Amino acid sequence: MPLDPAARAALDHLAAHLGPAGLWWAAGYLAGLAQAGAVAAGANVGNVAAPAAEAGVLVLTASQTGNARRLGEKLREALAAAGHAVKVVGAADVNAKQLAAARTLFAVASTQGEGEPPDEARGLWELLAGRKAPKFADTAFAVFGLGDSSYPLFCEAGKFLDERFATLGAKRLLDRVDSDVEYADEAEAWVAAAVAAVPAPAVRAVAPVTFSFAPVAVRDADKDHPREVGILAAQRIVARQADRAVVHYELEAGEGFAYEPGDSLGVWPLNPAAVVARVAAHLPGAVLDAPVVRGKQERPLGEWLGEQLEITRLARPFLEAQAERSGAAELAAVLDKSPAGGARLQAFVANANVADVLERFPVQAGREWNAGELLAALRPLAPRLYSIASSRAAVGEEVHLTIASVDHGAASGHLWQRGTAANGNTVRAYLERNTHFRLPADASQDVIMIGPGTGVAPFRAFVQERGETGASGRNWLFFGARHFDTEFLYQLEWQQALKDGRLNRLDLAFSRDQAQKIYVQDRLREQAADLWSWLQGGASLYVCGDATRMAPDVHAALREMAQQQGGLDAAAAEAWLAELAATKRYLRDVY
Amino acid sequence: MSKSPNGSTAPLSPVEGIKTRSRALRGSLVESLANPVTGAIADDDTQLIKFHGSYQQDDRDVREERRQQKLEPAFSFMIRTRLPGGVATPQQWLALDAITREFGNGTLKLTTRQAFQVHGVVKRHLRDTFMAMNRVAIDCIAACGDVNRNVMAGINPAQSAVHAEIHAYARGLSEHLLPHTRAYHEIWLDGEKLVGEVGEAEPLYGPTYLPRKFKAAIVLPPHNDVDIYTQDLGFIAIVEDGQLVGFNLTAGGGLGATHGESATFPRLANLIGFLPKERLNEVAATVMTTQRDFGDRTNRKHARLKYTIQDRGVAWFKEELFRRLGGPLAAPKPFSFTTRGDRFGWETGEDGRLHLTLRVPGGRIVDGPTAKWMAGLRAYAELGLGELRLTANQNLQLANIAASEQAKVNTLVTEYGLGIHEAATPVALDAIACVALPTCALAMAEAERYIMDFSARVDTLLTSHGLDRERVSVRITGCPNGCARPYVAEIGLVGKAPGRYNLMLGADALGTRLNTLYRENLDETAILAALDPLIAGWAAGRRAGETFGDWTVRNGVVVPPAVEA
Repeated sequence: MPLDPAARAALDHLAAHLGPAGLWWAAGYLAGLAQAGAVAAGANVGNVAAPAAEAGVLVLTASQTGNARRLGEKLREALAAAGHAVKVVGAADVNAKQLAAARTLFAVASTQGEGEPPDEARGLWELLAGRKAPKFADTAFAVFGLGDSSYPLFCEAGKFLDERFATLGAKRLLDRVDSDVEYADEAEAWVAAAVAAVPAPAVRAVAPVTFSFAPVAVRDADKDHPREVGILAAQRIVARQADRAVVHYELEAGEGFAYEPGDSLGVWPLNPAAVVARVAAHLPGAVLDAPVVRGKQERPLGEWLGEQLEITRLARPFLEAQAERSGAAELAAVLDKSPAGGARLQAFVANANVADVLERFPVQAGREWNAGELLAALRPLAPRLYSIASSRAAVGEEVHLTIASVDHGAASGHLWQRGTAANGNTVRAYLERNTHFRLPADASQDVIMIGPGTGVAPFRAFVQERGETGASGRNWLFFGARHFDTEFLYQLEWQQALKDGRLNRLDLAFSRDQAQKIYVQDRLREQAADLWSWLQGGASLYVCGDATRMAPDVHAALREMAQQQGGLDAAAAEAWLAELAATKRYLRDVY
Repeated sequence: MSKSPNGSTAPLSPVEGIKTRSRALRGSLVESLANPVTGAIADDDTQLIKFHGSYQQDDRDVREERRQQKLEPAFSFMIRTRLPGGVATPQQWLALDAITREFGNGTLKLTTRQAFQVHGVVKRHLRDTFMAMNRVAIDCIAACGDVNRNVMAGINPAQSAVHAEIHAYARGLSEHLLPHTRAYHEIWLDGEKLVGEVGEAEPLYGPTYLPRKFKAAIVLPPHNDVDIYTQDLGFIAIVEDGQLVGFNLTAGGGLGATHGESATFPRLANLIGFLPKERLNEVAATVMTTQRDFGDRTNRKHARLKYTIQDRGVAWFKEELFRRLGGPLAAPKPFSFTTRGDRFGWETGEDGRLHLTLRVPGGRIVDGPTAKWMAGLRAYAELGLGELRLTANQNLQLANIAASEQAKVNTLVTEYGLGIHEAATPVALDAIACVALPTCALAMAEAERYIMDFSARVDTLLTSHGLDRERVSVRITGCPNGCARPYVAEIGLVGKAPGRYNLMLGADALGTRLNTLYRENLDETAILAALDPLIAGWAAGRRAGETFGDWTVRNGVVVPPAVEA
């Protein structure tokens, strides 16, 4: 072999990071180079530079949990491998000029809740819908939508982009894809189609991948490359009378987890054995170690149910099949696709799992599932994302999480079981960057943090970080829960932080400690004058937690504050908040 | 600022400074109540809130667990009422029943000083609790703190008229010795706010109140139910020809002590003299203000009247008191005590009204598996009969009932399982315990949660020596401060550590002789092992009517402390 060990290692490293298309392309590319004699003796391959960013391919991602961004990265890699100058940009960072300048524009967008875009894309949505929207003269585009067909407005964000780009003059390169939760195959096909659809670049512009020789930097663990992470501590942090458990975890993360405050940790769960057993009990003659085929793979049934498929979360395809097999009118009613039905379905799926549905709506005689059919109707198990509750400046190599346990929840149950086990207390985890949710670069700026419930997690990280780094800006936290006595998460730490001056203000809303319910938004209203004054002084505002009720209620309270304190009308107050968001001073991490 | 009149150069105790700065007991209580981040109040305020009848406590059973949960201790407050003579109306009972179910832990504690305690009230409910009590004319002013505490009065239903008169004196004395500050009304009852930095003048107390708590009681012989000699200030009613003529004054009793500090000790009061009944308030206030001026303000463990009298002598005390009174008191009149414990069951007063005394184990009103005290007494109070009297031994007397209502009351007692006294042994009927764990911050060992188990062990011992249903007084406290008056019990257990107690022996059965430390720091097995041969000896060698306490002294098991006349 003509390669020395270092070169061989570099080649292996490169190969490991190329997808199938990239490998084929690289093979041809290297062959071409060899043929042209371009690799002169002593040439430093590692310094082959990417071509200057010519008006080329722009990949726009609008991501909430990271899936859209990851797919965007995959597309970038594939396009780059094909020799294109390509740039990926998050929805929070893109502007009209950039969009209009792109010759080819790919967009990957996920949809939240009731057809809403990801938080980072709110500004972009306003831009595209408004008068300052870009005019496309010479742009071809394709949109890949990520969604969940359990919700009535399926893939609404993708549809919006697709419609807007076309209306604004861009030419549709590929038909829009509306993908469901199980999107891997469609995504792969779309990437291939996208690469094929972009006109081939001139050969000389090619430089597929930049990389360096040893020492090879440790790559962040990612969704497809999680690492086994040790659980150092699993401590319940609500009192014994609390009816919902919240657990504080301390994980030993180390290499590949160089997180920043605001980032999340992805955890691959395992399903609770009790739910696995209940599901299997509905498969006639099922034996957990019997091999079952799903798709192209064959695995033991127990492994499918325990490690591969979602059985603690319900999705529409399974529910529809069960409704049909059971003939249960009640279940069919839940699947009604009208807007009102959406809320009903959400409430239903929040309180039941696959085993519950199999038990409550038994299949009719002759309509029994066999193992292969049932597995085919279920979705692949997905990782759970948790806001990191610590700062590396304060806790070193640890990652802290604050997790509300859901009964029979796959991830929380798995973590708790592993965290309290004598042996084998590790989980598979990876780092999920959350670049839109960052502390202000200027440490002298004040921050206002609104994080009821486990939404307080990133703010524990923020306060730790700002304390450790000696940030001079003030910190104001709004926290809420149901009861002061039992659910005041990290109470002792906040008391200490107030004493130390690491936290300047703490406003609390305990909803059920009095006859009239009080929430964080009520505290915001009470503090409107001070909030306004902090914001006028340049403070950044962060919201983390429930997206369905809390975040809109907080938003409304902020709008009222702007109206009342700033003398703005409703539209101007809304615009003021939008401007705050556009300048990254109103950031949300809601789910 | 008060200086120690002992000429001591020692600095004043920190609590003296807190009182001085408190603007007549206000401190920063309002700010503490408004602080939403903690269920506790500021450190200085924990001293001041006692004067308002409340102690900050926390559930010690979960203290460590909550620390791990990153939660502060489960702070709550005990609220003690001021209830002179221990008499409550049915309406007041119903209010307290509702209060503890809404704001407290759903139980009531009947204290050894004839007061109610509501436990487990969290900070945000304190005001509502005080206001709800106020609506039925119950306050908690001076129920704790360095002031005159709840004034006790003996329960003697057989002498209905004299009892009523004594109760009136107890109420009058309680009012007479009440602090004048409006802080209580202002903080808890939304009274008008004090303007300025200086609190109201306190003609009796002065700006720093007393050096330490001060306990007063009135007793009606021959029943020494209030343990009159354990009080700072005592009045023994003298009845001639069925008429109350006056009182013998006692002074300088007190039970609190500290483990390992020989300068602290329980002490019985001295008999000082006789006063006509009209002079009760005057004499009481003079004893109290003498202690105000001479008590030790440098060391709170040495600050009760008993130490002032012990250090300076009874003669000095009499001289100073008589000087302040403008002349000596007459010599004490003769009297005698024949009983101390409560007499259970129905009794008929001289006026023909009926009284039913019920045994309440540990003084705890709670719905248990068999005895439904909360529900039963609620049902009783709803009948609106007579009054409810709290005895000094943590029991309850349903008092002043017409004969025509007796059957109805009996039905309730049976229905709710409240007739414990009908079968219980004398030991079980007399046993007393303080609250101790889990709420009392001072407790080192269990008391209330252990008393009935322990008294049953004592009964087993007695039975094993042929002394079935014999009477021996058993009292347990979780610490040496003496709330259950363990130093005048024939078998006194004083908590040292979880499961460990000092065993105190040698008191008489009437509360006129202190017991003495017999063995230190014993667990239950060792306590029973220590008692076994003594009870065997008593069974074999006791003289006619000789109590266990008297037997231990006669046989030199313990040597009681010398008493200064």
